[in-house]
Amino acid sequence: MSDATHGAVPANSPVLAFARRLFWIAAPFVLIAAVWQIASSFFPPFLFPSLIDVFERVVEIATTWSQFSSVLATALRILAGLAGAFLIGVVLGVAIYTSDIADRLLTPTLTFFQGIPALSWVVFAIIWFHGIEFRILFIMIMTTLPAFTFQVVGALRGMNKDLLEMVMSFRPSRGKYFSAMVLPAVLPEMLTAWKVNLGNASRVVVVAELVGSSGGVGFQLLQQQQLFDMAGALAWTLQLVFFVLLFQWLLSQFERVAFRYRAKSERR
Amino acid sequence: MQREIDKMEKTADTAAGRNGNVSVVAGTEGPEISFRGVTKRFGDLVAVDNLDLDIAKGQLVALLGKTGCGKSTMFNMISGLSAPTDGEVRVMGRNPFTEFDWYRGKMAIVFQSDRLLPWRTAVKNVEFGLESLGISRAERRERAMYWLEKLGLKGHENDYPHALSGGMRQRVSISRAFATDAELLLCDEPFSALDEMTSKRLRTEFARLVKENRKTAVFITHSIDEAFDIGDRIVVLKRPAEIAHDLKIEGEIGAAERERYRRMIHESLAA
Repeated sequence: MSDATHGAVPANSPVLAFARRLFWIAAPFVLIAAVWQIASSFFPPFLFPSLIDVFERVVEIATTWSQFSSVLATALRILAGLAGAFLIGVVLGVAIYTSDIADRLLTPTLTFFQGIPALSWVVFAIIWFHGIEFRILFIMIMTTLPAFTFQVVGALRGMNKDLLEMVMSFRPSRGKYFSAMVLPAVLPEMLTAWKVNLGNASRVVVVAELVGSSGGVGFQLLQQQQLFDMAGALAWTLQLVFFVLLFQWLLSQFERVAFRYRAKSERR
Repeated sequence: MQREIDKMEKTADTAAGRNGNVSVVAGTEGPEISFRGVTKRFGDLVAVDNLDLDIAKGQLVALLGKTGCGKSTMFNMISGLSAPTDGEVRVMGRNPFTEFDWYRGKMAIVFQSDRLLPWRTAVKNVEFGLESLGISRAERRERAMYWLEKLGLKGHENDYPHALSGGMRQRVSISRAFATDAELLLCDEPFSALDEMTSKRLRTEFARLVKENRKTAVFITHSIDEAFDIGDRIVVLKRPAEIAHDLKIEGEIGAAERERYRRMIHESLAA
């Protein structure tokens, strides 16, 4: 072996592989940031503010309790709305799966609901209800409920019939049947449902807060719009994006543990 | 040839005390499994037509027939997974469909495919049947490990199904059935997807375990060799689940003799 190659990192080393992975994760964001920064030198700050200004505002929001509490309020609204919709979705999904009558009544209703725009639900909520938190919870549930319900129904209907028969052949109790068969079988689709609905919910909550709230990221965005403060608007948006990314990451970590039984193919 | 058939069926008739179309085994309190005038229809398709059959306690019966002859339909009715359209199926004196839960711990099934829960390790799959019986964690683990070891899977207890070969997975599935110590074992072509050598080895092991543990077993197969390797009684079924032959096998059968029986069964199934 020559001196030149002696200290070189092998092409298939884990360090190099990690660096390559990191590069491809960062590359698109670096590209967007570079384009934005270049644009900021040619346009006024209210159109394209410098990324340094945006970064300073992000830090300011994250370190000032009166502002960061708005981010937390929005995050909690998203989680509460999703949890509520998920719980109701599970109940409705099980009803649709087990009862033909429930299927005939609920499926068309939920399909109809799915066609109603989020903004219409915002208007309905403002007309129907007084409390801000209840309005937002209502909007969140109504906009994400159909998707959760249909995903629960799909997961239940997609359970492997052979495995179901095997499990039933041992005559388990209802609790055992649920914990050993139903829960693990539907969990992958449930997690996917959460991931998809998390994105939808973060968009809907901002609209709800923008129109009908006196706090939260949506309300703050309205303030920035009135002040024509693009750096502030971006900084508040990024706070919400960070929250969504953080929650998606937590779900992914859970998936890694929960689905470690899955075979991995070398060829994808 | 006809004399051979007559001789074998006579052996079966003598042992089982045949009464018309119904085989009743003498000297027991009643058949473990009985079909009385059982018909099963799927729409216009008749899968089982007016079938009478008795299986005595302690017998290892191979139900042999071509694909689509109604073997699996019979299997599903015995296991309580489906009900007859007409007639009556009784297992241990009860109705397996309407009294489904009564059979908890009394009946175990080995299916055609291994049907292991992919999210459970080998040992946890074997423990599943025991969990349904409410057996303590320590005893579950002990029994599961015993059966895994007995079936040559020591060292693989913590492997997930995807990491095991087809033969190993099917052995886990057999361990799961034996671990419950059920009186009745139902097997639906459990070795048909395996290569010939593995299949032969597993069915020899299986027959030995059934006899060692004094189980009643119903083994569905479309392979004549498998039926002879396993069964001490072979019920040959024509379509739709009509009994063509009911043979009792006593002791080892020589190659020449087996060949004669094979030809006989072929002829009746082809007819």
